[in-house]
Amino acid sequence: MGIRFILMVNKQGQTRLAQYYEWLTVEERRALEGEIVRKCLARNEQQCSFVEHRNYKIVYRRYASLFFLVGVDNDENELAILEFIHLLVETMDRHFGNVCELDIMFHLEKAHFMLEEMVMNGSIVETSKANILSPIQLMEKAT
Amino acid sequence: MEQLKTIGRELAMGSQGGFYQSKEFLDLVKSIGEARSKAEEDRIVLGEIETLKRRVSEPDIPKRKMKEYILRLVYVEMLGHDASFGYIHAVKMTHDDSLLVKRTGYLAVTLFLNEDHDLIILIVNTIQKDLKSDNYLVVCAALNAVCKLINEETIPAVLPQVVDLLAHPKEAVRKKAIMALHRFYQKSPSSVSHLVSNFRKRLCDNDPGVMGATLCPLFELVSTDVNSYKDLVISFVSILKQVAERRLPKAYDYHQMPAPFIQIKLLKILALLGSGDKQASENMYTVVGDIFRKCDSSSNIGNAVLYECICCVSSIYPNPKLLESAADAISRFLKSDSHNLKYMGIDALGRLIKISPEIAEQHQLAVIDCLEDPDDTLKRKTFELLYKMTKSTNVEVIVDRMIDYMISINDNHYKTEIASRCVELAEQFAPSNQWFILIMNKVFEHAGDLVNIKVAHNLMRLIAEGFGEDDDSADSQLRSSAVDSYLHILGEPKIPSVFLQLICWVLGEYGTADGKYSASYITGKLSDVAEAYSNDETVKAYAVTALMKIYAFEIAAGRKVDMLPECQSLMEQFLASHSTDLQQRAYELQAVIGLDAHAVESIMPSDASCEDIEVDKALSFLNGYIQDSIEKGAQPYIPESERSGMLNISNFRNQDHHGASSHGLKFEAYELPKQTVQSRIPPATLASTEFVPVPEPMSVRESYPTTIVPSASSDAESTELKLRLDGVQKKWGRQTHSPATSTSSSTSKKTVNGIKQVDGSNTSNSSTWETYDSRKHVEINSEKQKLAASLFGGSSKTEKKPATGHKISKPSSHMVEKSHVRKSSMEIASEKKALVHQPPDLLDFGEPTVQSSDPPSVDPFKELEGLLEPTTQLGSTAAAATNSPDIMGLFTETPGGTHNKDDSDILSSLSKQPVTNMVGGATSTQVAQSSKGPNRKDSLEKDSLVRQMGVTPSSPNPNLFKDLLG
Repeated sequence: MGIRFILMVNKQGQTRLAQYYEWLTVEERRALEGEIVRKCLARNEQQCSFVEHRNYKIVYRRYASLFFLVGVDNDENELAILEFIHLLVETMDRHFGNVCELDIMFHLEKAHFMLEEMVMNGSIVETSKANILSPIQLMEKAT
Repeated sequence: MEQLKTIGRELAMGSQGGFYQSKEFLDLVKSIGEARSKAEEDRIVLGEIETLKRRVSEPDIPKRKMKEYILRLVYVEMLGHDASFGYIHAVKMTHDDSLLVKRTGYLAVTLFLNEDHDLIILIVNTIQKDLKSDNYLVVCAALNAVCKLINEETIPAVLPQVVDLLAHPKEAVRKKAIMALHRFYQKSPSSVSHLVSNFRKRLCDNDPGVMGATLCPLFELVSTDVNSYKDLVISFVSILKQVAERRLPKAYDYHQMPAPFIQIKLLKILALLGSGDKQASENMYTVVGDIFRKCDSSSNIGNAVLYECICCVSSIYPNPKLLESAADAISRFLKSDSHNLKYMGIDALGRLIKISPEIAEQHQLAVIDCLEDPDDTLKRKTFELLYKMTKSTNVEVIVDRMIDYMISINDNHYKTEIASRCVELAEQFAPSNQWFILIMNKVFEHAGDLVNIKVAHNLMRLIAEGFGEDDDSADSQLRSSAVDSYLHILGEPKIPSVFLQLICWVLGEYGTADGKYSASYITGKLSDVAEAYSNDETVKAYAVTALMKIYAFEIAAGRKVDMLPECQSLMEQFLASHSTDLQQRAYELQAVIGLDAHAVESIMPSDASCEDIEVDKALSFLNGYIQDSIEKGAQPYIPESERSGMLNISNFRNQDHHGASSHGLKFEAYELPKQTVQSRIPPATLASTEFVPVPEPMSVRESYPTTIVPSASSDAESTELKLRLDGVQKKWGRQTHSPATSTSSSTSKKTVNGIKQVDGSNTSNSSTWETYDSRKHVEINSEKQKLAASLFGGSSKTEKKPATGHKISKPSSHMVEKSHVRKSSMEIASEKKALVHQPPDLLDFGEPTVQSSDPPSVDPFKELEGLLEPTTQLGSTAAAATNSPDIMGLFTETPGGTHNKDDSDILSSLSKQPVTNMVGGATSTQVAQSSKGPNRKDSLEKDSLVRQMGVTPSSPNPNLFKDLLG
C-alpha cells in the first residue's frame, strides 16, 4: 500500500488538505488528525522528521507555517517520502508561484488534482512536474 | 472606492481562468484561515453547513456555483463535520459536461464516499460512459474515480473497458488504466488473475511514466510470488541501469538525481527477487554497485537512494564488495549530525547485521548515543536494532533496557510491541529459568493487560513442563521459585488480570507441592485474590479452580481438609453466582471435597496438567445407554444431512440473508451453507476446565510477521481433539523447546567457563576501545563503555540467533579481518581490471557517452519484450545489441520539448541547498523568478488580491501569506 494518507496542517493544527488512501470515517479522521498533529507539532527541528504512530509511520516536513504529513507503512523509505513532500511543494510552487498556505486554501481542488496525478492506490506514480501539471493547465485553458 | 475594489478582485481572479471563485467562498476561506482556535473554526463550519443546506436545495443553480458549493462541502468534511446532506449533489456533478466541473465532482465523490456507499451504484454508470469518452482528460478523471470507488462487486462492470484503455494512445490514460488494474488486483486478485500479463507488457511501455507506474503493481505481485517473476530480473536490471545512466527525460530528474523514485522502486523489487537467489543476485551486482558510486551523499534524495541500495544489498545474495559499500554508507549515516540520517543508519545497520554481524561493533558508540537520545523516534529505532542483535550473551542487558523503557512510556501500542519483544527474547535466550520468570513477572506487572493471553499460557506451560526433561529437581526448584515470587507479587496493589490468572493457576498446581507453604496459607491467598478482584469473573474462575486443586491434593494425600471461613463464604457466594461458569466450578469444588481420597486422586491427579487426555469424540461410552433407550422405543438419531425438511429451511434462510446484504449486483455464485460442527466436551474432562475460554486480545505475535518463531512442532496432534490447548500449543512443546534447553543447560553447567569467556571477550574488547578512542579523540564516560561492552562484547563469539540462518562466520581476531580487507581490496582491483576489459554489456543497448540523435527506427522496447521470453532470451539479446544501439532514445523525449530550460534552472537552484537545511525546518531555496511555470502569478498580484479581500498581512494570521519555499 505504501502511503496511507497525506495531510497538510498548519501550525495551529487546522487541516488545510486531507487525502486518505484507505477509508476512514469523518470521526476517525478527526481523531487521527488530532493525535498525529499533536505528536508532530510537539517535536523540535533537531529531531527526526519521522514519528511512529500505531502501526505506521508519519513522515513530516514543515514549510513556513504549514506542516506536510504523510502516513506510510513501515517498510516505506522515509527519506524518499520526505523528498516526495518537497517535490509536491516544488510542483505547487511552479504552478502557483511563491506558493503559500492561502493558495492551497483558495485552490483546494487544484492541490487535490496534483495529488491525484502523483499518487494512486497509495503509491507514487508520477514525479515529472510537467506531467503532473499538464491536466490542470489544459483544464484552465478549456474553461 | 468599493467599485475599484471589486474591479481589482475581478482582475486578480481573471488569472485563474475557469477556477472562478465568488466573494462568499473567499470570505469563507478567509474566516477559516483566520480562526484562532478549533472552537472558532467549528462555529464557522456549523454556520456554513446551515448556509449550504439552504443553498444546495435551491432550484436551477448554475454549475459554476454548484462546483463552489461542493468545494465548500469538501471543506466542511475536511474540518471534521458531516456533509452527507450534499453527497447526492456531488454525485450529480459527475454527470456534467464541463471537464472541470466533472472532475471536481469526481474528486468530491472520492473524498466523501467509501466504496461500499449506496450512492456508488449511481456513479458506476457515469464512469462507464466517461471511460468511453473521446476526451482523454475525461477518461483520466473517470479512471481516478475507478481507483477509489470500485469495489469487488462492481469490478466486472468496468473491467473490460479498463483493459481496453491499456492500449490507449495517450500515456496518461495507459498509466491510470494500469493503476486501475492494480487496484482491482488489490481488491480481488482473482478478478484480474488472467490479466496479470498486462503488467509485464506495460513494463516495456515506451513512456517512462507508464513504466514507472507499472512498477507499483509489479512490486506487489513479486512480493506475493517471487518465483513467477525471476525472468524479469534482467529487464529490471536493464531499466535500472538506464535510469541511473540518465537515459530518462530530464523532467524526471529530482535535485539532479535521475528519476530517484523509480530507482527506489526498482531497488525494492530487485531486493525481493534476489533474496536467497545467487544467480539472480549476480545480475544485480554491477548496477547496484554503480548506483552506490553515483549517489550524491550530500542530498537527501541521494541518501534515500543509498539507503534503498543498502536494503537491497542486505536482502540479495551477499557480495563482499557491495557489503563494504553498504557498510561505508551506514557509517556515513551514523556519523552525520542529522537525526534523519542517523535514523536511516540505525535501520540500515539492523538490516546489514543479519549478513555481517561484525559491523555493529565499530558503531557501538553511535548506537548507544542513539539509544540515549531524547528523540523518541530514534530511541525506538535503536531498540529495534538491539532486538535484532540480541544473543544469549547480551540478552540480559538488552531486555533490562527494554523493560525500563517499557515502564517509562504511555503509548499502549508501542508498550504492547516492546512487551511482546521482551517476551520473545526472553523465551529464546534466557540464561536461566529464574531470570526468565523474573522478566516475565516484570512484563506482566507493567503491561499484563497488553500482552497476548498466549504468553501467559506459554509461561504456565513452561512452569508445568519444566526445562530439563530428566532433571526433576531443577523443575521443582523452578516451580518453587515461581510460587515464591508470585506470593510476593500478590502484595502489590494492582495486578493485571492476565497475570492474576497465571498466578492463580501456578498457586493451584504447585502452591503446596514443595511443602513450604501450608494449604491453608495458599487457599487464604487465593480467596484474597478472588475477593479483591471481585469484578473479574475470569480471575475468580481461575481462583476457584486453584482452590479445588489445593483441596484435592490435600485429600489425595490423606490429610483432613478444613475450609477456611473466608473460602466458605466465597463458595456460598459463587454457588449463587449469576455466572454459570463460576457456579459450575463452585459445585464441582463442593463435589470434589465430598469424595474419598481414591476417587479424588483419579479425577484430579497431582502435577498432571501436561498429560494428554483422551477424548472420545464419538461418545462411544454412551452406546449402551442409547441401545437401551432404542430398545425401549426411543427415536433413533437422524444425522443433520439426512433431515430434508431442515435443509430446506436453512437454504431459505440463506437466500434471505443474501438478499438483505447485497446491493443487487451479484456476479458470483452464492456461498454454500456452512456446516456447523458441534464438539462437546464430555463430562470426563471436567477436571481440566481451568482453561477458561477467554476472548483473545489482538494477537500481538501474529501482527509482526518478522518475529522469529521457533521451528514448528509436529502437526500430527492437530487432528485429534484434545484439551483446549490452542492457546498454549507449540511454543514450549518438547521439540521446539530443545534449542533453548541446550543453551540454558550449557550455561548452568559451565558457569565458570562462561565467566571466563566473558572476561576474555571483555579484554579483547578493550583494545578495540582504545583504537576507537584514539581515533575519535572523544571523552567517553565509562558507563557508556560498560554498556557498549555488555551489548556488543559478545559479538565476537560465534553464538547467534538460531533463526537468522546466515552462514558467514565472524573471524574473531583483528588480523583475520585485516587480511580480509586486504583481500577484498585486491578483489576490487582485479574486478576493476575485469571491468576495463569486459566486452560490452549485452544489455547495454546504447553507447553510454554518446547522445543519440537519430530517432529509433524500431520500437526498442519490442526487443526488450523479447527478453522476457525465457527461451529466446540469449538470441534476442544479442540481436538487440547489434542492431539497436538506441534504447536510450526511448526515454529521451522528442527534441523541442518546451520544459527543458526551465527545469534545469529550477533544479539547479533547488539542489544548491545543503542537506542540513532541508532537514526539518523551512528550506531556504531561492526559486528564481524567471524559472516560474507558465501560469505563475506575480507576488504583487497575489498581494493585491488578498488586500482586496480585506486579509492583510497584519491580520491575526500573517503566516497565511508566507511563501512555503523560503
